[in-house]
Amino acid sequence: MIRLEHVTKTYPKASRPSIEDATVSIEKGEFVFFIGPTGSGKSTIVKLMLREITPTKGKVFVNGKDITSIRPWKVANFRRSIGCVFQDFRLLPNRTAFENVAFALEVIGKTKSVARRVVPEVLELVGLGGKEHRFPHELSGGEQQRVAVARAFVNRPLILLADEPTGNLDPDTSIEIMRLLDRINRTGTTIVMVTHDSNIVNQMRRRVIEVDGGRIVRDQARGVYG
Amino acid sequence: MRAKYVLAEVMVGLWRNVTMTIAMILTMAVSLTLLGVSLLAVWKVDDMKEYFHHNVEVSIFLKKDATQDQRDGLRDLLKKDDLVASASYESKEVAYQRFKQQFKDVPELINSTPPDAIPDSYRIKLKDSEKTDQLIAGYRDKPGVDTIVDQRKLLDKLFKFIVGGQKLALGFAALVGLAALLLVGNTIQVAAYSKRREVSIMRLVGASNWFIQAPFVLEAAFAGVIGAVLAWLMLVVGKIFVLDSATKSIASLISPFQWGDIWMMLPLLAAVAGVVNAIVGWITLRFYIKV
Repeated sequence: MIRLEHVTKTYPKASRPSIEDATVSIEKGEFVFFIGPTGSGKSTIVKLMLREITPTKGKVFVNGKDITSIRPWKVANFRRSIGCVFQDFRLLPNRTAFENVAFALEVIGKTKSVARRVVPEVLELVGLGGKEHRFPHELSGGEQQRVAVARAFVNRPLILLADEPTGNLDPDTSIEIMRLLDRINRTGTTIVMVTHDSNIVNQMRRRVIEVDGGRIVRDQARGVYG
Repeated sequence: MRAKYVLAEVMVGLWRNVTMTIAMILTMAVSLTLLGVSLLAVWKVDDMKEYFHHNVEVSIFLKKDATQDQRDGLRDLLKKDDLVASASYESKEVAYQRFKQQFKDVPELINSTPPDAIPDSYRIKLKDSEKTDQLIAGYRDKPGVDTIVDQRKLLDKLFKFIVGGQKLALGFAALVGLAALLLVGNTIQVAAYSKRREVSIMRLVGASNWFIQAPFVLEAAFAGVIGAVLAWLMLVVGKIFVLDSATKSIASLISPFQWGDIWMMLPLLAAVAGVVNAIVGWITLRFYIKV
């Protein structure tokens, strides 16, 4: 599903690479944690998978396609097959929960009637039934992240990338979000999550890939933090 | 649905930064007006050249004391001359009548001109209007000839004057146009900045570049078209209040600016402004919105 082959990424003007000679293979339906201290290069991996950046060396395959050589105008199409969730939610403040999720459909050309049918369904799935018409500032942090997850999942992507999705949430709310991601994972969606929340990693007991100083130092099925 | 979304974004975008939008549209309108004036002048000169060079005349003015023999001699020479298509005699009385007719709007000029100011003359049409110099050389020293006036030379002076004005207008149009385009770039930049959140989310969920950029580009093009309409209105007002009254007194010399030409300006200016603005907007975006 996702494969990194000897990937090295050195940012311009950086003295050392953020990621060095990383080789990882993630299968369909897996739930993978990338862990490591701040600056270890784990967020760079997410950016590579999203093709926000291209590697200096090596290749990145997603859904069997080499996305390092993908044409610029095909990037948008490629991203439709991936859902993303971030630490800062990235919701539009002047739109309701419904509209935020519908926006993802709108910009890829889906009609209003599709949105009216699909959006309530996915909001129900993330546990926000009845709160469709709240604005982000009227929702708690956990609820906002649920909206973000709903937006990422509304197109039924094959892969969901989550970059520290619980970074801004308290432990209880974090666990609720993890339950939600686990439920999405059970539908067959591959989930790649970057985190440094040891509690969550230890509770979930999923595959753990540890990154330190730009190198992959551990890759363990049913692993723990630390 | 998509069109509605894009149109709504365009209107919101223009309104969000309304002072800048107005500044952009006004400079654009001034620039396009100058461009329009300049184009009209070019068309006019072409028109006039075609008209006058077809009817070009050389006037041989006679000395006041020219004898009848000298006059007849000249007439016979002209009749035999291969260069001449036709020649006619115009007495000073006829010439004065014509002068009065031509400048009937300027009575001061007529009153200050004595009836015998314009001497008797032969008016000559040439077979080939390029050969005036040859004709002048042949008759300059003939007895009874005072001066020979080549209308084409007079006209060319007038054309030069008009073309000079036209180039000046074009230069100013380019200068103001540059200012307008910088404003367009700036407006788009501000718009892209104020919508950076939406844009980053759009990229995230896989909106195509076209979809992200269209509202911005259309915003620029739309402002350009509004500027063009304003410029065209200025040309119409200019034609009614300035040109029509100015050309009236020399109406027989300069055919008035046609409404057809003015109408042509609307689609022309709108197309130029719309396309140029869209391109400038699109180029600006390339620097501010990356895939």
